[in-house]
Amino acid sequence: MKVGLLYSRIRRDEKLLLSELRERGHEVTKIDVRKEQFNISQAPDVFEGLDIVVDRCLATSRSLYITQFLESYDVPVVNAAETADVCADKVKNSLALEAAGVPTPNTEVAFTTDSALETVEEFGYPCVIKPVVGSWGRLMAKVESRSAAEAILEHKATLGHYQHKVFYVQEFVEKPGRDIRVVAVDGEPVAAMTRSSDHWLTNAAKGGEVAAFEVDDRALELVEAASAAVGGGLLGVDLMETGDDYTVHEVNHTVEFKALNDAVDVDVPSEVVDWLETKANAETEAAV
Amino acid sequence: MAETITAEDPLSGEEIEIPADVEVGEIVDSPATGAELEVVSVDPITLEEAPELEEDWGE
Repeated sequence: MKVGLLYSRIRRDEKLLLSELRERGHEVTKIDVRKEQFNISQAPDVFEGLDIVVDRCLATSRSLYITQFLESYDVPVVNAAETADVCADKVKNSLALEAAGVPTPNTEVAFTTDSALETVEEFGYPCVIKPVVGSWGRLMAKVESRSAAEAILEHKATLGHYQHKVFYVQEFVEKPGRDIRVVAVDGEPVAAMTRSSDHWLTNAAKGGEVAAFEVDDRALELVEAASAAVGGGLLGVDLMETGDDYTVHEVNHTVEFKALNDAVDVDVPSEVVDWLETKANAETEAAV
Repeated sequence: MAETITAEDPLSGEEIEIPADVEVGEIVDSPATGAELEVVSVDPITLEEAPELEEDWGE
């Protein structure tokens, strides 16, 4: 198949994917999105003849727009624009999970520092304030007191970008020092790992230690539901253990899997390429 | 040890060793300065200072 890979930075994740695609004899076109221009009616030449395009943009803003352009050009892209739209924004992510009946941490959004402070006080301490767009645990705040909340909210209000004035406040979930990342393709788990840390943030990007995790029936059910809730695709579903159940706090749409690949026996890029082949074949058949 | 090639660090001007299998778009850490460098061409090998992390980067 002819595969386009959208990127602005080749991480180890992209390198693993590229290697697997090339080893299987697929024709791969790397597309540096920084060098392209996207016309509203005419696709850039680089997309001509591609069976499928894989969005691996590091910048969420680019991912959101380019997936929409590709869909308007009728170029098959994974993940879909709808999935990117829901996953890129924590508010939309939480709403989608809630609407699908997937357990997710209780969350409120407020638009002024005063109303956000009221929400924080209602949740009690600790609670969590997150940016609505962002990743790798950046700018996340565990709020332990009213005075800390006042300071964080004031700082956010002065950061400049309007998104920081969308105050996303969430209950703090007492997790057992770890959370769970499941990489799944259209709801079917490829592999899973725990991410452990003494710090409240357990992201692998923050240095959390990773270990393989066996997905049980309940986690499987939640991963399927969470994936469907955001429109499916190649996803990273993040869960926390709450004693007798799980809560899904986030679904990621340009999922990194290098840490997972190191932690498990599964060949993650191979599984992902299997799925891409299936997707591309389905797109080709649908077009005939 | 993985095979390496020599390239010029654009910040310090020093010759540095980087993995031989790098490809365009990849980021390497400069052993001379510790800075992140982007591979902008492989034939000939050319490095530039990598873009700064931006707020919407991530997964």
